[in-house]
Amino acid sequence: MNHLTEEQLVLYYYGEGDGWPAVREHLDACEACRAEYASLQRVLNVVDSVPVPERAPSYGEQVWNRLQPLRRWNGARGLSWFPVPRWASAVLVAALIVAAFLAGRYYPKAQPPARGQIANAGQVRERILLVAVGEHLERSQTILLEVMNAHPGQPLDVASERQVAGDLVAENRLYRQTAARTGDARVATVLDDLEPVLLEIAHEPDRLTAQEVENLRRRIEGDGILFKVRVLGSTVRHRAEKDAPAAGRNTGQGTL
Amino acid sequence: MELSDSVAVEQARAGDSGAFRVLVERHSRNLFRLAYRMTGHQQDAEDVVQETFLRAYRQLSKFDERASFGTWLYRIAANCSLDLIRVRKRRGAQAEAAAEDAPDPMQSLPDPSPSPDRLAMSGEVERKVAAVLEGLSEMERTAFVLRHYEGMCIDDIGRTLGVQPNAAKHSIFRAVQKLRRALEPLLSSAS
Repeated sequence: MNHLTEEQLVLYYYGEGDGWPAVREHLDACEACRAEYASLQRVLNVVDSVPVPERAPSYGEQVWNRLQPLRRWNGARGLSWFPVPRWASAVLVAALIVAAFLAGRYYPKAQPPARGQIANAGQVRERILLVAVGEHLERSQTILLEVMNAHPGQPLDVASERQVAGDLVAENRLYRQTAARTGDARVATVLDDLEPVLLEIAHEPDRLTAQEVENLRRRIEGDGILFKVRVLGSTVRHRAEKDAPAAGRNTGQGTL
Repeated sequence: MELSDSVAVEQARAGDSGAFRVLVERHSRNLFRLAYRMTGHQQDAEDVVQETFLRAYRQLSKFDERASFGTWLYRIAANCSLDLIRVRKRRGAQAEAAAEDAPDPMQSLPDPSPSPDRLAMSGEVERKVAAVLEGLSEMERTAFVLRHYEGMCIDDIGRTLGVQPNAAKHSIFRAVQKLRRALEPLLSSAS
């Protein structure tokens, strides 16, 4: 009598294939195969024990909220959720945030408020800026990923990405200048590295050839820009989260 | 009344963002589980979920309404996970990502308060399983995750990965072989 192969046992375990009645019959009759199958079962059952971090029932809502800042560039094809000119709203928001930050920081005050109040207001402004920079980095990362994830050897339609990259260049410039002014060298350096890449994407044609995609990918990869953006984005997010409760009680003044 | 997937897709195609929201809220947790099994990192899994919905949204017009929307999303999520794994490997950033994102395996142990020996063994097994899964080829890992954890049949896995069912089947076999090789000695010594 031929014993069952491992493949047959695996298919039987998963209820696949059409030979399982014969396998069942064989297992009933053959102790060696039964032992082999028990061993396989034990391993595969153990694999199930590795836990996956559970997500709350509200997780879908959180995902939806995270998608909101990205919808404006992504909705161009098929659905139209954003009737407002995209570049105008993006740059306006960035400019307002930076202006508010700079005005608060440099505008001379007629009657100096208490020390704690100044520090507190400064922290709130910085937190707003951190959140905005975090969002900017997240959107930039999405654009870079689009290029990196393109199928190798195939052309790529980047019409919508180009447009967003154009918006991001303007935002990037504002944030970079602010970071340089407030002495946050790390943020300024990464934004400085990011800017030419965004500029390049913004000036590409709507449809890239396979070679152009490859060149762009090499450029992104060579500079390690995606990784830097990702790490900085994560750091900025952590700082913004950490500063959120602290804004109301600390008196120290940090950088961007 | 709750919107079915097919009605929600139809309405989303017609420009109803609320309908797309229903789909996002309905499928996010399942996609997270799949992405976590595929990537092994929470932050990466979060990114995959987000990227999956962005891609799905953009390609909604290409979705064939005769198919299952959930399966279609799974296919996109599996491909996003593979893309991310490739990028991560290329960049050699796996170590950083692991240090930053990976949950402490000891923290995620199940909590039925077993004996210390059993607890240690369970942690050891989990680490081993995670290491074997990490060491599988992209195809083996995806095919195994879809078959074992998601219960997808081999034909669907083949369609999801764009390969013949036979290729998907052999990827699963190889994954199982590697798991057995790594885990059987551990389990034998425990019993």
